Amino acid sequence: MTAGAAQGLGERVVAPFGRRLCEVTRNLESGGYRIFSALDPVGPMPAAGQFYMLATDSGWGGNEGRPYLARAFSVADAEQQAGGVRLDFLVQAVGPGTTRLTGLEAGEGLWIHGPLGRPFSAPREVAEGAAGAILVGGGIGVAPLAIWRRQLLAAGVPARVLLGFRDRANSGGLDLFDCSEVRLASEDGHTGHRGFVTDLLAVLLEGDDTGTAVVYACGPPAMLEAVRGMCAERGVTCELAMEAPMACGFGACFGCAIPVRSGGFMRLCVDGPVVRGDEIETALVAGSGH
Amino acid sequence: MIDFCGIELRHPVINGSGTFDAIAARRVFGDQLLDEFPFSAFVSKTITPEPRAGNPPPRLWETPSGLINSIGLPNKGLDGFLADDLPQLAELPVPLIVSVMGTSHDQFALLVEGVGGREEVEAIELNVSCPNVKSGLIVGESPDEARSLLETVRPLTEKPLLVKLTPNVADPVPVAEAAVEGGADSISLINTLRASALAPETGEPWLGGGTGGLSGPAVKAVALARVNAVASTVSVPVVAMGGISTGRDAAEMIGAGASLVAVGTESFRDPAAGSRIAEELAREPARISG
Repeated sequence: MTAGAAQGLGERVVAPFGRRLCEVTRNLESGGYRIFSALDPVGPMPAAGQFYMLATDSGWGGNEGRPYLARAFSVADAEQQAGGVRLDFLVQAVGPGTTRLTGLEAGEGLWIHGPLGRPFSAPREVAEGAAGAILVGGGIGVAPLAIWRRQLLAAGVPARVLLGFRDRANSGGLDLFDCSEVRLASEDGHTGHRGFVTDLLAVLLEGDDTGTAVVYACGPPAMLEAVRGMCAERGVTCELAMEAPMACGFGACFGCAIPVRSGGFMRLCVDGPVVRGDEIETALVAGSGH
Repeated sequence: MIDFCGIELRHPVINGSGTFDAIAARRVFGDQLLDEFPFSAFVSKTITPEPRAGNPPPRLWETPSGLINSIGLPNKGLDGFLADDLPQLAELPVPLIVSVMGTSHDQFALLVEGVGGREEVEAIELNVSCPNVKSGLIVGESPDEARSLLETVRPLTEKPLLVKLTPNVADPVPVAEAAVEGGADSISLINTLRASALAPETGEPWLGGGTGGLSGPAVKAVALARVNAVASTVSVPVVAMGGISTGRDAAEMIGAGASLVAVGTESFRDPAAGSRIAEELAREPARISG
């Protein structure tokens, strides 16, 4: 795989073996979150829904205690540039790893391995005759939907975008979207519909064309579970980008197991993080968010 | 080349059982994994007679410079391993060591015969960190249990038998000596240290399995003392593991009397850590006296 090699929509991209050091090129404030970028010198371009394991070159691991393990982040956007692939990540400080990442400065070193995991699938691959996509994002989970929207539009697939946030202080990542196309919800009513983003989804799913769209969602477990339930009830295919505590990202540690409907567990890092709604009984995964 | 129990190895760095899934890694990294395989021998995840799904999540907890895991030995069982996994592991460019665990002498005998009869397998590691259901004693905590297990399985294969010791005993030396008296060709240590973590919100046990095992740099000093104690007593080669993340760590273990070192948790942070540590070890100016 060479950097920038053309990939079909929704095709899993193989990662270079081992971790590599990237230079952080920017770190911007975005609605209470941060969007930071790193230049990956060897690529490749990731598929939407794939993720990277991230750790800073200094102030991470070893004798410094925590953070110790790398942290998994969905890629929010990626672009081929001179010198490599620019990778964008959306981060909110909630623990020692995310706090270190929000403080990154341009010029710092960032260790990455990836792209990892199973990406979003093209609508036609998961639902016969599906012509469009509905993207549902909540909070920090809007990240993978930004790159997915761009890849869908580039492939000529119409995508409607619904994003929900808790309040003004937790409403980042909008900068990753073209706001004219996005319908918003906020729990505090500071923007868009006052309520949950799933309220907006319910309205869309009542429309005549729901049978021709696939729903793609990423957000907090309760939101994903609501999306999964609504889609299951209406016979709409959905894919959910999920999270679980994860040490390695490439199938080694077996830590990110979630129960699957067929019995037993799947490793979210290699068999996810994107899963079809009908593969699981619930999106309420023990331990997510830590 | 290094001679380990009659097996030729390119360098002294292998993986700890259950810390690297070469089959999953090949899905993620493609055949570059084979070209740059980080270990001089590959140790499989532990195989049990019947399939196991593993423990419910959450399975991981990060500590300062460490990781607690409660994975629960998910595996396909002996038949599934031989049919599905072994042919894929045989494609690796290094010798294969298969880790097995039973809860009775009969189960261990079944596993040793089943795995030992396959020419793809160069050696067998006995994971003895489990109770013998007949006696209720954990094999790796009791010299008598360890000796009697080895006396049972030793006649069943001519392949080298490694015994992986638990650190959860006051003194590992009597267990190591008993295993060698019973016919063990090598001792590997340490397995993880029993550990627990509490959920920050509730104060209840965090791990789905209740308690887990601690690994990473947090345990290296413990491992070094135990490796030194065992290696200076037994006559067979010792495989040292426990928090090794640099060539210096590996050199210390070899200085303490180890023949090989195994890398585990560090591979989660860097999939190619084994290669880096082998290179760093080769550059270490002198072996360090234990």
